[in-house]
Amino acid sequence: MQELIDILLSASFWAAMVRIASPLIFATLGELICERAGVLNLGIEGIMVIGAFAGWIAVFWGMTLWGGVGVAFLAGATFGVVQGVLVVPLGLSQHVVGLGVTLLASSTAYFAYRLALPEVTSPPRIEPFQVWEVPVLSDIPLIGPSFFAQTPLTYAAFALLGVVAFVLYRTPLGLALRAAGENPAAVEAQGLSVTGLRMGAVIAGSGLMAVGGAFLTLSAFSSFFFEMVNGRGWVCIALVVFGGWRPGKAVLGALLFAGFDALQIRLQQTPVGAMVPYQVFLMMPYVLAITALVVMSRRAQVPAALMVPYNKGER
Amino acid sequence: MRLEPVAHPSLARRLGYPGGALVATVLLAMALAALAGADPFAVLGQIVVGAVGSKFAALETLNRATPLVFTGLAIAVAFRAKLWNIGAEAQLYAGAIMTVLLGTGALGGPLVLPLSALAAMAAGALVLLGPVVLKVRFGVDEVVTTLLFNFIMILFVGYLLEGPLKDPMGMGWPKSAALIPEARLPRIVDGLRLHWGFGVALIAAVAVWFVQTRTTLGFEMRAVGANPAAARFAGMPVRAVLLKTALISGGLAALGGWSEVAGVKGHLSADLSPGFGYTGIIVAMLAMLHPLGVVVAALFVAGVFVGSDAMSRAAQVPTYIADMLLASALLFMVLALMLARFRVVR
Repeated sequence: MQELIDILLSASFWAAMVRIASPLIFATLGELICERAGVLNLGIEGIMVIGAFAGWIAVFWGMTLWGGVGVAFLAGATFGVVQGVLVVPLGLSQHVVGLGVTLLASSTAYFAYRLALPEVTSPPRIEPFQVWEVPVLSDIPLIGPSFFAQTPLTYAAFALLGVVAFVLYRTPLGLALRAAGENPAAVEAQGLSVTGLRMGAVIAGSGLMAVGGAFLTLSAFSSFFFEMVNGRGWVCIALVVFGGWRPGKAVLGALLFAGFDALQIRLQQTPVGAMVPYQVFLMMPYVLAITALVVMSRRAQVPAALMVPYNKGER
Repeated sequence: MRLEPVAHPSLARRLGYPGGALVATVLLAMALAALAGADPFAVLGQIVVGAVGSKFAALETLNRATPLVFTGLAIAVAFRAKLWNIGAEAQLYAGAIMTVLLGTGALGGPLVLPLSALAAMAAGALVLLGPVVLKVRFGVDEVVTTLLFNFIMILFVGYLLEGPLKDPMGMGWPKSAALIPEARLPRIVDGLRLHWGFGVALIAAVAVWFVQTRTTLGFEMRAVGANPAAARFAGMPVRAVLLKTALISGGLAALGGWSEVAGVKGHLSADLSPGFGYTGIIVAMLAMLHPLGVVVAALFVAGVFVGSDAMSRAAQVPTYIADMLLASALLFMVLALMLARFRVVR
């Protein structure tokens, strides 16, 4: 018990929570945009892999870190175009196409990695984003080192939450986007293009997922590994449900999830934790995600037209 | 732009588009080979020769196809009922665990093989039953839960291999003890590397085809998948049908684990499956969810993997080309199947 309190009072725990949450925030918001427009994007896992790879290789070949983030976004958006064209105008199964895009994007990343670096056994490192302490705020005890001594990409993740929430709820574009996911026929009656709105949402959302992947290589690990995304994309889909398709709640869910992840790593090192097999701790985040789905799915406000293809003129 | 159903698609239309999908995959293979700086035609040839060019290669392809037939069938059965089982990987490992539990000395005699197969099926069925109960009871989407179960299961296998199932003679390697000889699947022909798991896979495919086309349950499964509201209106117990589908699907995937452990590896390790559960999705979709088509698709997919492995040892083309080609083949095929039935009009 004393150990648990010690962990919860350490700045390193809270800092780790925010750090672990950052890639999830990008990807969860990306998925949320897609789903609010009516498209379930199961390409997320693979798009995070291609984002992690594209951002990293761009920096490795001499681009700036922010340039790498941009390249990751474009790589993700490219796969978003593939996903979007197949499920929006062509109305193919969002499940099957999404899984196909995940397999295609991740194998493309691995193929390109082997092509770019055929001989290496251990992946080369890049100089990642450095911690940037916010003046004044980072001097606050506990809170300062926890929340205001992070890398710029983490601050960008939280800024993105503001942007996404503002656009979704305070702009005509956001209204049209949400309507495309609830009642596409009404959007069409307004003279707006459901296809255009959904395509835009899938492309932009996929770009954000890829930036989430790039966080892993450009801010967290500084190298690209196989299997490095490790189910984070699927967790983000659970987080969107957990957040009831609302950006603020979904980000709260990401923080909760990340807090749990940071906690289990630290609990493993306590004397009590050492008696439990470490795999049990590693399972906990996935178990938590499933539990969250069960608890939240009963009163979730699912977008009414989620996974329903829209075919103009069809009743 | 919108889609208009074609009333009576001609045979040319129904064969032409899927054929086009295969041609597109081959062209992509050549483009990727050229990108890697190799001769496209040579690479194609090496893939084909590597897959079926010798007796050894062909048997290797059949062996590699065996678990894919099981996972492909598992997914075809589930997807036909619109049950999105993406957790065949977890179910496969559940089957492998049971095979090792029963096959390393707990049981003896001639019954150990069939009993371990039954136990494997039961374990796989249970693993899928969990998410499906959550689906029918609480409305939890099974895509995410079955996916997340894969990660939980791999960790569980890791725990077993470092704990209760660790081979005491394993020199510290995380693997289980070896199966006793009675628990191993015999070879079909002496001296050739093909084991009876392939035979069981063929029997399973025919059995699934029989259930789907010749029994009430099969009809209900297809009806629930085609239109759950209409199935309910027709008085079908939709929930019960979904639960039964889950039992069949999970059991089939688990047989893949059973056949890999009892037929190929002889013990359990965490690298038993290089993603057979996920590749099964490609197999099932290429087969258009037809159980007998699954066998053909599994052979094709296994051939691409085995051929690409052989090719990449000779040419400087990364072996991941196989995964890229198969993922693209999946996307080309779903597109082609749609275009065969619909017309895009302005």
